[in-house]
Amino acid sequence: MSDTIAVFPLWNWLVEPLQYGFLVQAIWVSAFVGLVCAVLSCYITLKGWSLMGDAVSHAVVPGVVVAYALNIPFAIGAFLFGFGATVAIGYIKSKTRLKEDAVIGVVFTGFFAFGLVLVTKIPSNIDLFHILFGNVLGISQQDIIQTVIAGMITLVVILIRRKDLLLFCFDPNHAQAIGLNTQLMFYTLLSVLALTIVTALQTAGIILVIAMLVTPGSTAYLLTDRFDRMLGISIATSVFSCVMGTYLSYHFDVSTGGSIVVLLTVLFLVAMVFAPKYGILAQNSHQYLKPVENQAQYPKI
Amino acid sequence: MPTATQTLNISVNNLSVTYSNAKLALYNASCTVEPGTITALVGPNGSGKSTLFKSIMGFLKPTQGQIHVGGLTVQKAQKKQLMAYVPQSDEVDWNFPVSVYDVVMMGRYGYMNLLRIPGSKDRRLVMESLERVGMIDFRHHQIGELSGGQKKRAFLARALAQEGKVILLDEPFTGVDVKTEKRIIDLLIQLREEGHTILVSTHDLASVLTFCDRTILLNQTILASGTTEETFTEENLSMTFDGLPISSLPQMYHTSEVDR
Repeated sequence: MSDTIAVFPLWNWLVEPLQYGFLVQAIWVSAFVGLVCAVLSCYITLKGWSLMGDAVSHAVVPGVVVAYALNIPFAIGAFLFGFGATVAIGYIKSKTRLKEDAVIGVVFTGFFAFGLVLVTKIPSNIDLFHILFGNVLGISQQDIIQTVIAGMITLVVILIRRKDLLLFCFDPNHAQAIGLNTQLMFYTLLSVLALTIVTALQTAGIILVIAMLVTPGSTAYLLTDRFDRMLGISIATSVFSCVMGTYLSYHFDVSTGGSIVVLLTVLFLVAMVFAPKYGILAQNSHQYLKPVENQAQYPKI
Repeated sequence: MPTATQTLNISVNNLSVTYSNAKLALYNASCTVEPGTITALVGPNGSGKSTLFKSIMGFLKPTQGQIHVGGLTVQKAQKKQLMAYVPQSDEVDWNFPVSVYDVVMMGRYGYMNLLRIPGSKDRRLVMESLERVGMIDFRHHQIGELSGGQKKRAFLARALAQEGKVILLDEPFTGVDVKTEKRIIDLLIQLREEGHTILVSTHDLASVLTFCDRTILLNQTILASGTTEETFTEENLSMTFDGLPISSLPQMYHTSEVDR
């Protein structure tokens, strides 16, 4: 046995943390959260709802506090407040002459501030730091169950409605023209957005959740122009970052959410520079190589 | 292709649309698009053409008035897949990761079950529609890779796949070359022969004369409506394009007074 250690010190260093049950558990939870976020990420980036995602993630804070105070699952409080914030945004936008970004800014900071006031006034054992930055290494069994339930609901809803949601992102007018219920699609997408944020709350925390919702989809979007492949790439980069980020955060004793998002961002930067068609290098070379568009190429106009 | 047995009209009755910034876009518009015709909707930019179009398609909620398609409300007509819409090019996100085939298949969603799994009939109609607009070789291309004319034809194929009896085309000739324009016109004439009702919004007066049976002239309200020969008088056209008939629009007069 001691021989093995001597021969493979690096291997031993790599495998050693995996003896700890809590770390293996945290890696599994992160991987699952990465999967859920990656799937929704494709829809959110294509729909242009990044800011909405940021709003929902901040708006859940009072919900978490109230849920703990009332002793109900945090997921329920977080979902209700996250979804409520989006309804409030929609209502204020339709009733005033304000532009959407202003309304989003007002509403989510308002919800967030209300949450801060509550958390400092209501006596509870909530650690504000854990809400803001996540704490997957110290996640409780109960929280894992809530995370998995919220994530599973999200995945099932998207799986069943994926074509309609994609059509809604691409061409809501056509969806309406063929008699589909676009209001329902709108609220379906908002609900799964809120549920995904609930799912990711324990892993990434509300500050970094938006990165898990935007970065994988953006990376994939730079690498392909087919939706199926985009979904695959998004899932691959996200799950990889979540697993490696959690693992490395233990090794180097750094923030777990932070290292996940740093990895996601590194992958994004690599894609941004080296993507075969839409990368910066490819785009630059196209400027010199691109042939002049001529009609002769397409005789069947 | 089965020919349409019934033809449907569009009737617009006393329609007014005000936007949330209190701007009046359309005022007391009443007109009928006769069944089985190609009708042009003509007016300058900002005349309310798009507003009328979007109201007919149910994308906008009018402040007042009703619209019926074949005697049904717009919503009911849409549920029955009676209305197909070909959008303006600048309304489409051309970077969206979908292929031409995917887009045309979206025309069939209204016929499919909840999971939108295409059946053999859906696939056949998609291929037939692509064939008809001459886009079969481009079906695996991402939509942004197409030329202006090909983009139009891809969305026209989607409307064909939907088998709508009423087809609305919003500015179909902007950004396409003469050859494509001719090709689209030929297809529209064929569709009319099959009993479709077609409404085309355009500001291209020359093309209207060549293929539109009827014309509706519009500038904030309906100024003239009838066969193309009847409506294309110098008087009507100058009324449409050279300034607004302020006397017939008391509310607009009122607004401009406030501005001063």
